[in-house]
Parts: sequence; C-alpha cells; structure tokens
Amino acid sequence: MALTKEQIAQRIAQELKDGYYVNLGIGIPTLVANYVPDGIEVVLQSENGMLGMGPFPEKGQADADMINAGKQTVTVLPGGSFFDSSTSFAMIRGGHVDLTVLGAFEVTDKGDIASWKIPGKMVKGMGGAMDLVASAKNIVVAMQHCSKDGQSKLLKECTLPLTGVRCVKKIVSDLAVIEVTDDGFKLLERAPGVSVEEIKSVTEGRLIVEGEIPEMQF
Amino acid sequence: MNKVVKNATEAISGIADGMTLMVGGFGLSGIPENSITALVESGVKDLTCISNNAGVDDFGLGLLLQKRQIRKMISSYVGENVEFERQLLAGELEVDLIPQGTLAERCRAGGAGIPAFFVPAGYGTEVAEGKEVREYNGKPHLLELALTADFAIVKAWKGDTHGNLIYRHTANNFNQAMATAGKITIAEVEELVQAGELDPNQIHTPGIFVQRIFQGKDYEKRIERLTER
Repeated sequence: MALTKEQIAQRIAQELKDGYYVNLGIGIPTLVANYVPDGIEVVLQSENGMLGMGPFPEKGQADADMINAGKQTVTVLPGGSFFDSSTSFAMIRGGHVDLTVLGAFEVTDKGDIASWKIPGKMVKGMGGAMDLVASAKNIVVAMQHCSKDGQSKLLKECTLPLTGVRCVKKIVSDLAVIEVTDDGFKLLERAPGVSVEEIKSVTEGRLIVEGEIPEMQF
Repeated sequence: MNKVVKNATEAISGIADGMTLMVGGFGLSGIPENSITALVESGVKDLTCISNNAGVDDFGLGLLLQKRQIRKMISSYVGENVEFERQLLAGELEVDLIPQGTLAERCRAGGAGIPAFFVPAGYGTEVAEGKEVREYNGKPHLLELALTADFAIVKAWKGDTHGNLIYRHTANNFNQAMATAGKITIAEVEELVQAGELDPNQIHTPGIFVQRIFQGKDYEKRIERLTER
C-alpha cells in the first residue's frame, strides 16, 4: 500500500535527531512537525524570520505579525527568536540549519530537483527554495513517486525548470525511502506491502537494489 | 535631528514616475499600508518595486498593480495575485524573480556599500543565466549585484523622532535590510515616540538609515491565511 501524506511525514520524522534545527517546506513537510519522536527536541526555522516556531494559534489568538513562510498564522515557543530576512538566510546559507525538508515535482538520480515552476501554467516564483537547496547540508524530499497519470517523478533528467543541482540527499515517497548516491537512487526501504519490482517499474532514474530491502517501520 | 513628517502624503513627496522603490513586508505582514495608500492616491506610475511579494488583488502592492502604477516587480514569490498573473501573461508587467535569500542579501549589501557578492543559490538553474560563476570551497557560486532604491519604504512597530525603529515578531522580515538601502528611507510606525523613550538595546534599525518617519493610522493588518488549531 502506498503511504498517505501523513505516513510520508511520519517516516521523515524518523530522520530527526535531538538538537536539530529544521526548516520544513510547505505541504507534506509541514506535517513532519506533528510526528517529532518522544524525547527529541528540535527547533523549527521559518525563513521569513523565526526560530522556535510553534503550532497554529488557538481560535481567536491569531496575530498578523506572526506568520510562517506559507503566510499562515503561527505561534512561537519558549526559547524562540525573531530576526530579519537577511539574517534568516545567513542561517540557511551558512550551514547552520541541520535538516531541510521540502516537496518536489521531480528529482533526478544525481540529486537535481525541480520544484518551483511549470512553464505556461504556474509562475509564482521560487521563494526561498533555491537558497535552501543550494546551501542545506541535509535535504530530504517528500514527494509522490508518480504523477497523477502514473508517470515516474524520479527521473534521469528533470523536464521542468530546476530549483537546484546535485543537492538532494534522501527521498521519502509514498512508495520508498531512497538515498541519492554517486551511482544513482539507492533503495533503502519500501512502503509496507509494496514490492521492489513495483518500485523499479515506476522509477525512471537509475535504481540500485542491494540485498533484501526492508519494509518501513512506523 | 527631527525626522518626523505629518503623514504618508508628506512622507512620499518626491517619489516620481519611473523611480525604483523598495517596499518592506512578507506577504501582507509588515507592509507599509499608509504609504501604499498614499502612492495609489498620488497616481505616480512606471514604478519599479523591489518587494518580496506583490500583495493580493485588493491589498498591499496589489492596489498599485490594479491601477497599473507598477512597470516592473523584483520579487521572490508573487503567487497570491490574480491581477499580477494577468498583467504578466499579457506582457504589461516586467518581472524579475530572485531567490529570497539572494534578494534579502542584495538589499543588505546595497545598504552596506558592498557592490556584489557570491552565493550558491540558483547555480545550474535559469537564475544563473548571464551571471559569473566562481568556485569556492569546491562549490560553484553566482555573482549577485547589490540593490539600492530611490526610496525605501518600511513599516515598524515602534519608532522615535530620530528614526530609530523596532519591529514586531515576524513583521521585521525585509524591512530591516531595505531600510538601509534607500537613498531616502521612509518609515511608518504604529507608535511614534520622542527620542530617548525607546531602549537603545532593543533598536533593530538605527536612525541613521531613516530620513522620514511618521505615525501611521488605521492599520488593517490583514491576515492572508488565517490558520487556527
């Protein structure tokens, strides 16, 4: 069975380590905050200028001066801080953020990522995505393995405009956990009940399968 | 040393057709609402606006777009504005999309007298077209140029008669960097006090960067995406 969006987020949460500063992108990545394992403390960075981002506010408590990078109202946790955009990207560019999780339209077996523009359809801008992918030490991509019409989104070359090149380290899709290595996509885990053959058949890029591939554990 | 002007109309005097403006804010948070309204009323046109976003259809910079007062936008994300998309696809509006961190740093560099710098963001993408590439620490970087503006318009929470500014929560965003990069910087504030009343330890933007300041009024502080638990 392919994973739900929540399960993708839950699996990515297993990548968190105590003390990590983490930037979560819009969409599935935002859900990762709901599955931080017990006993682990992470600090969420929002690139519009906040460390220690907390949950959405209680009803009636929203503040127009406190939003996340997706422009949703949020709260700040004890120990949090606010700062300007250039300081925020100094944190990102300077390698101070331990883990970045973001979505993608397409990734390649070399770690290239396309996530911001569909020519003729969607021209909204890249926001902070290009800065994040170019500088983060550790990038995990949360995505669907295939498009709605069944085409692989794990490719040899991106068909859409790039966000960054050779930067993605790990992919958690609805079907598999994959590490991006010098030799291509290395299959690490498969979704419960999904066979290696099935994953192979929907992975256009080079897929490396070594030994027994375990099922993801939740 | 008194930099106080009466209102937004007086603050924007001198802004003329064809000028380049920096406008602070992220989404609708921390935008200079009063000054934008005054710009709409002034009818000034052919503006180049450097701003992370372009507002929404009926608020923020969207108001200037509705009136066709903007010729070019320099932004990182403009996705919330239908009129913007229409003008862009119709070729009525010029747009320069820039990675957000690079945009912030270009403003900061402009104010700090650094004409250009290298960053990794955008290498290998369409953002890199025409830019010098250099390798540092084994990684390719793009040469990016500083940005300055004829006028920078920012919004702060508190300010004093010397132009010292304090921002609130995430409403700081681009305001702090842009405040440094205007030939003339206009600050509108929710609360204007006498010099000496703000704690010097808490100032985000020292008054040296600000030429005009005024007490804003009737702040709507619209929330773009109200999200509750």
